[in-house]
Amino acid sequence: MDTTFVWALIAMLTAIGFVSRASFILLFPRITLPRGVQRGLRFVPAAVFTALIAPDVFLSSGALELGSSNPKAAAALIAGAVAWRTRNTLATILAGMAALHLLRTALLG
Amino acid sequence: MLEWGPHRRFSSPSPPPIEYNPPGPCSCRRAAGGETVSQPEPKRLRPFLAGIKDCLPVLPGVMSFGLICGAAMVAGGLSKTEAVAMTLFVFAGTMQLAAVQLAATGAPLVVIALAGAIINLRFAMFSLSIAPHFQGLPARVRALFAYALSDNSYAQSITHFTLHPDEPGHIPYHAGVTLAIWSAWVAAATAGVFLGAAFPREWQLEFTVSLTLLALGVANMRDRAAALAALAAGVTALLSAGLPYRIGLILGAGAGVAAGILAEQWIRPSSGR
Repeated sequence: MDTTFVWALIAMLTAIGFVSRASFILLFPRITLPRGVQRGLRFVPAAVFTALIAPDVFLSSGALELGSSNPKAAAALIAGAVAWRTRNTLATILAGMAALHLLRTALLG
Repeated sequence: MLEWGPHRRFSSPSPPPIEYNPPGPCSCRRAAGGETVSQPEPKRLRPFLAGIKDCLPVLPGVMSFGLICGAAMVAGGLSKTEAVAMTLFVFAGTMQLAAVQLAATGAPLVVIALAGAIINLRFAMFSLSIAPHFQGLPARVRALFAYALSDNSYAQSITHFTLHPDEPGHIPYHAGVTLAIWSAWVAAATAGVFLGAAFPREWQLEFTVSLTLLALGVANMRDRAAALAALAAGVTALLSAGLPYRIGLILGAGAGVAAGILAEQWIRPSSGR
């Protein structure tokens, strides 16, 4: 990855990370958010994380691919089920990686 | 819902003075006023240590995520120096993972910034909730607490403040919590950077990034409305995946939040206000 790009990225993320956390602790200590915004915030993590990973996991060269040429899709579904049952990040990762490599070995030989 | 905890403490007839106990060489310095004679000598050391101790159960989780995050940054294409710098400066694992994932697929800085801001929105919520406890502290201390605020330190401290509103030493307690989480995270992520670089590419360790975000997403699906939000977000992101600059992520996040709010109104029409 291009070095200038990466350092710009680090500088930008540092600013975003600090401003989001300092917002009410340091910058605007007397402001309260409208209720509607507070209700919407609750859905942000589930929505963003799903929108972020769905294309990387379910698409292959831009097209929906759930079959044997894209073992990541099935591995992610298995990992999702484990995540739902256990609510444990480490278990999810282990299950997903195990599924990915087993499927890859089984399907692609 | 966001204003739990602090009120009793600050509305009591004689509120205890706010203290700050920096984790470091001057931790034994005594406060200028407000010391009660009957209090034991290390008045701020005890809550500081209690904060560290209360974090011990969550440290394995923090450290495994830190290891993954460090390894994932290197797998995503960052050099070791860049990955360690990002860990220290940014100190927001989820945003780092998302940013590296996006950067690796060629997204421009603007989209990564927007995605990072959306992912970190929850910290604004945490900030709002915990800010009343930090009232009266010097700006540099609040800046330090803001920099080091994490999901785990927020959850640990706000729970303690809520369960023990009148117990003195909230600030040294939070300093202990912060120090424990921060150092565990930074140590583990740095280890991950160096260990991760040693793993062969065909292990496809970068998939652990998607899996981590998946686990975090599922952990936030606490009810049907949140699950519907995730579904709408995922479908929208897939449908708009052909759009340039990964705008589909922003559209998906927006659609997900909208779906969640609508679903909540339909499932429990009278709740909320």
